[in-house]
Amino acid sequence: MFIDLLIGAVKAVVVLLLVLNLTALLLWFERKGSALIQDRVGANRANLLGLGARLGMPNLGLINTLLADPVKLFTKEDFVPDGADRFLHWLAPFLALFPVLVTFAVVPIGDAVTIAGHRIVLQAASLHDDALYVLATIGIGVYGIALGGWASNNRWSLLGGIRASAQMISYELAMGLGVVAVVMTFGTLSLQEICRSQGGVWFGWLPRWGIFVQPVAFLMLLAAGMAESKRVPFDLPEAESELVSGYFTEYSGSKQAVFMMTDFAEVALIAVLLTTFFLGGWQVPYLYRDGFILPGGVHWALSGPAVAILGVISFFIKTLVLCCLQLLVRWTLPRFRYDQLMRFGWKFLVPVGLLNLVATAFVIVLAGH
Amino acid sequence: MITWFPIVVTFVVAGVIVLVMTSASRMFGPRSPHTRIKGEAFECGNPPSGPAWGRFSVRFYLTAILFLIFDVEVVLLIPWGVEIRRLGVFGLVDALIFITVLIVGLIYAWQRGAFDWD
Repeated sequence: MFIDLLIGAVKAVVVLLLVLNLTALLLWFERKGSALIQDRVGANRANLLGLGARLGMPNLGLINTLLADPVKLFTKEDFVPDGADRFLHWLAPFLALFPVLVTFAVVPIGDAVTIAGHRIVLQAASLHDDALYVLATIGIGVYGIALGGWASNNRWSLLGGIRASAQMISYELAMGLGVVAVVMTFGTLSLQEICRSQGGVWFGWLPRWGIFVQPVAFLMLLAAGMAESKRVPFDLPEAESELVSGYFTEYSGSKQAVFMMTDFAEVALIAVLLTTFFLGGWQVPYLYRDGFILPGGVHWALSGPAVAILGVISFFIKTLVLCCLQLLVRWTLPRFRYDQLMRFGWKFLVPVGLLNLVATAFVIVLAGH
Repeated sequence: MITWFPIVVTFVVAGVIVLVMTSASRMFGPRSPHTRIKGEAFECGNPPSGPAWGRFSVRFYLTAILFLIFDVEVVLLIPWGVEIRRLGVFGLVDALIFITVLIVGLIYAWQRGAFDWD
């Protein structure tokens, strides 16, 4: 009893730390990656006592992005404009980041492993309706952004805040429709079960991943997820050329840093959810409980712990690939106009989502599987 | 209890982390004297003309109301989606009637120009 509680607590903390580290890593990817894309050197100034240069290593900007930026932001003055609601002004960044962080608690990062007689599921909390929990917590994120715009007593912020609210709820709808299609396909709300049923192969070679059954839902969730994270090309709430910087115009120091972290945490969240729903989560193609069985019939036995570790590695590789895809899109596409954004959400994604739902239902019921 | 305990731990730990992060500037940051000019809301250098909490376009309200309708639809479809294999043709026909009503609503809102933002 007590040991189970302890295991649960440790898993929860480990998952949170993983998320925070992934967020920091993405920050570095973003800064160095954008430099790469724009053919410049990027963050390469800060160093620790000149150590890297003395050892003859190029400055990769790790100190810049992981140490100098946070320390600088955390030691800036905390500014609240006159006439702003001080409590709501503080609450907004809290409500923006908190729900994103707690969503990760139900994401399965690996299969169950048995250590010293205890069966440990590599998922911080295995609820039976994880998908509902995910939808619920993602929904709360809107409040942080809307409040941030409202509480600042600034017109740019207010405009950014209401733009963001309208955009996020519109795309949440498309996201919900995509999730329903996924839930239908797998017949369960548990993310661990969804991952598990993506093991094995079709036709002897094609992994049974969700993306091959629900390609439309994958694209819908990708587009809706990127709109939820409010980054280019969906960054209308903070369109610098129009709204100064949108809902966080009047934020400084660590509160601003929290809003920035929310962006990256959402990128990670979308990547993690897409991996779980469509790319088999922790499944490695052709890897079963007792080792690899390749299409040619070659069998390569592996021990249980090795299989579990490979699963966790595969989960993180897939997540990182999807994160990089989102960063690449962010540095490639220009910003939408607001009418294009709403047209894409309501006139394209919602009807396509409904049609996909109906088609999926017909196939499942009439084909009888 | 055991199922939800990790969620409780996550909420507490994440809450503390975010709390520390949002108030770090207040703890470690400098404080320069607060003047009237400094406290003004930023409007590109002009003195702000009154509080920001004014009127804004009704389209945002409209979007929110439409979202409410269709999101409730999604919520109602989830149980059917989970049990679709057991409910079979009966469930399919039921859900199709439900979805048809909503598609008619979507077409109506579309025709009335609820999604036109130009």
